[in-house]
Amino acid sequence: MKKITSIAASVAFLLLGASAASAGDAQKGSQTFREKGCWQCHGFEGQGGSAGPRLANTQLPEDGLIAFVHGTNGPMPPFSEKLVSDAQLSDIYAYLQSRPKPADAKTIPLLQP
Amino acid sequence: MSEPSKGSGPDRRRFLKGAAVAGAAPVLAASVPSQAQVAAPRHTPSALPPSIRTIAAETGDVHMPDNRIGGKPGSDFMVDVIKTLDIRYTPSNCASSFRALHESLINYGENKAPEFLSCMHEESGVGMAHGYFKITGKPLMTMVHGTVGLQHATMGIYNAFCDRVPVIIIGGNDMDAASRPPGVPTFHAAQDINAIVRDYTKWDDTPTSLQAFAQSMVRGYKIAMTPPYGPVAISLDAGLQQEPIGGHGSGLYIPKFNMPSAPSGEMGAVKEAARLLVNAENPVIVADRSARTAEGVGLLVQLAELLQASVIDQGNRMNFPNTHYLSRPAGAVASADVILGLELSDFWGTVNAYTDNGEHGIGVNSAKIKPTTKLISISAVELITKSNYQDFQRFQTVDVSMPADAQATLPALIEAVKSAMTSERRAQNDQRAEKAKKAFGDIRGREAAAAAVAWDASPISTARLCMELYGQIKNEDWSLVASEGNVSNWPNRLWKMEKHHHWLGRSGGYGVGYGAPASVGAALANRDLGRFSVSIQSDGDLMFAPGVLWTAAKHKIPLLAVMHNNRAWHQETMHVQRMASFRNRDSNYGTDAGPVGTMIQNPDIEYHKLAESMGWWAKGPIKDPALLGPAIKEAMAVVKSGQPALLNVWTQPR
Repeated sequence: MKKITSIAASVAFLLLGASAASAGDAQKGSQTFREKGCWQCHGFEGQGGSAGPRLANTQLPEDGLIAFVHGTNGPMPPFSEKLVSDAQLSDIYAYLQSRPKPADAKTIPLLQP
Repeated sequence: MSEPSKGSGPDRRRFLKGAAVAGAAPVLAASVPSQAQVAAPRHTPSALPPSIRTIAAETGDVHMPDNRIGGKPGSDFMVDVIKTLDIRYTPSNCASSFRALHESLINYGENKAPEFLSCMHEESGVGMAHGYFKITGKPLMTMVHGTVGLQHATMGIYNAFCDRVPVIIIGGNDMDAASRPPGVPTFHAAQDINAIVRDYTKWDDTPTSLQAFAQSMVRGYKIAMTPPYGPVAISLDAGLQQEPIGGHGSGLYIPKFNMPSAPSGEMGAVKEAARLLVNAENPVIVADRSARTAEGVGLLVQLAELLQASVIDQGNRMNFPNTHYLSRPAGAVASADVILGLELSDFWGTVNAYTDNGEHGIGVNSAKIKPTTKLISISAVELITKSNYQDFQRFQTVDVSMPADAQATLPALIEAVKSAMTSERRAQNDQRAEKAKKAFGDIRGREAAAAAVAWDASPISTARLCMELYGQIKNEDWSLVASEGNVSNWPNRLWKMEKHHHWLGRSGGYGVGYGAPASVGAALANRDLGRFSVSIQSDGDLMFAPGVLWTAAKHKIPLLAVMHNNRAWHQETMHVQRMASFRNRDSNYGTDAGPVGTMIQNPDIEYHKLAESMGWWAKGPIKDPALLGPAIKEAMAVVKSGQPALLNVWTQPR
């Protein structure tokens, strides 16, 4: 119940459009993102794909991401605190926020109809 | 198993028996030995048995047969039968159990219609036939060797069965245990050889006479080509192929093949479906293998526009143009009040979700639609449901069920919808169309924005891979002949899929190893039609039977294969990771980047060198996205000159 409450709070936070700066280490986060297998569904850059949504530059707040990873019962399997600690998730969050912002699709010729 | 020859020449069975006796005791003429002769004391033969020519000379028979067997071989007649069916190619791996038919095809039949295409693996032969059919709508014949060749072919046959694709499988089998050669040919013989594929073929047979073969071949072709299409297997006794026609002789005839019509829906059910669709506020059409031909696409467009219904194309065929404003992603079922399912391989999965994240390792089911949504199904697959293999998926109750071919039923359904339309309902169409066009534009914009993320990443994003490729081919008469391995569905999301040959669907049974041979088979068909073939070729798929690359080079089949090389069997990478997470333990990666046993690295496979070694133009590994476009351009020039070309591209996982 605690986790569900936490996720709900995070979603509410997201809906309000707020996001917090991460205290995590992006370089460590890059390493952990690979070691823990996050890249498998979300891509090395967190770009997302058919197996998992985009995480790069996510609007999700850091504590929302941490709560989700530990407690999800949706399509993604949960990763307990034993598998990936809050501190490691903070690093991952920092890594995801450090990804370059994508160009406007309208400026990429190959993406024009 | 054939009748004893009544001709003047020596019967194969008698000859073989005679030869066996010759090894035990010298004889002057081949004759049927008695049991006592077989058990006679062993002597080393002082001379070989006399040949037919020697016998003829010694007996004064001056009417020498024009060949050793004394007449036209049975396999020549088989070729006569096969030629009436206009089968263009026979992609096969050569083998002794059908050596007689092989010889007849290339010599008596002049290696034309069918032309023998050399394959390295029986699975490749079936896969090529699978891909070829999806372009031409015509089946190929593939020959497989006894027990072991058919065993090699099985996964390809299962894919074809699940994908409702006709393939004519001709198997060799030396059935007479008393006279067939001992040793290897006997290991390769079986009492009921087709038993291994009976659960996933529409029909199989073992004809025991040439006349029975003629009927079996034409019947098999007809069954395979009656919707729902599917593979058939005919086993040919080696003796029947090799022996002279002899006593079968003058009475032999070849039955005429007439194309059967497809089964269409019963009119009462068609009218009820039309009534539900016309009265719906938000009708949604879901199509999977609905369009068997280009005409089928046109019929679905007509029905959708008549109703202003959203269309979800599940993609096992190109059913509906993705540029049409009524095209929608899978989630559109949620708001439907009536859903029309056309040849769905999984109706349950269309309207329900399964989340693989249950408490005790068992997934959770949930509905994706409203409880009041009415369901209509038109599917010919219900006519051939079998028991063992579970391709029929979970049972889904529907309100109107038509066990019938969707494309054949659409003309009647369109007329029934027109009849059921009121002027009031017709008047709503303009408003519905305007709303649908706006929603469609929004979807396209979101897809493009998603593709822009990680555009410059290395390894190359699957969106970049697909759009660099599309940028080069879009002005050709192109055909994406296969897209195996998961590239997040970018071609269907952003390429303009408007023609039936733009997208051929998937493997059917999801047996990995379909992509490479099906691409080559479809490219063969496109070569004859002057089209440009391209495939997105995954690494894992290619390595199941890469020898098909050699077949493409040998037979000059132009194909551009752009690899989605993510260096893993990536689906399994995620599955093992999922299991580890459920069990609250770290996954063991060993020396690789992902779970042990799921990665294709250390060492990396140099696919470009593999392809080069088999006669392809190839380049790679390409890791920098800026180099991809120029490399594709270079490869296209090669393909246009008539050669196959492969680009080994390192990609993101999906």
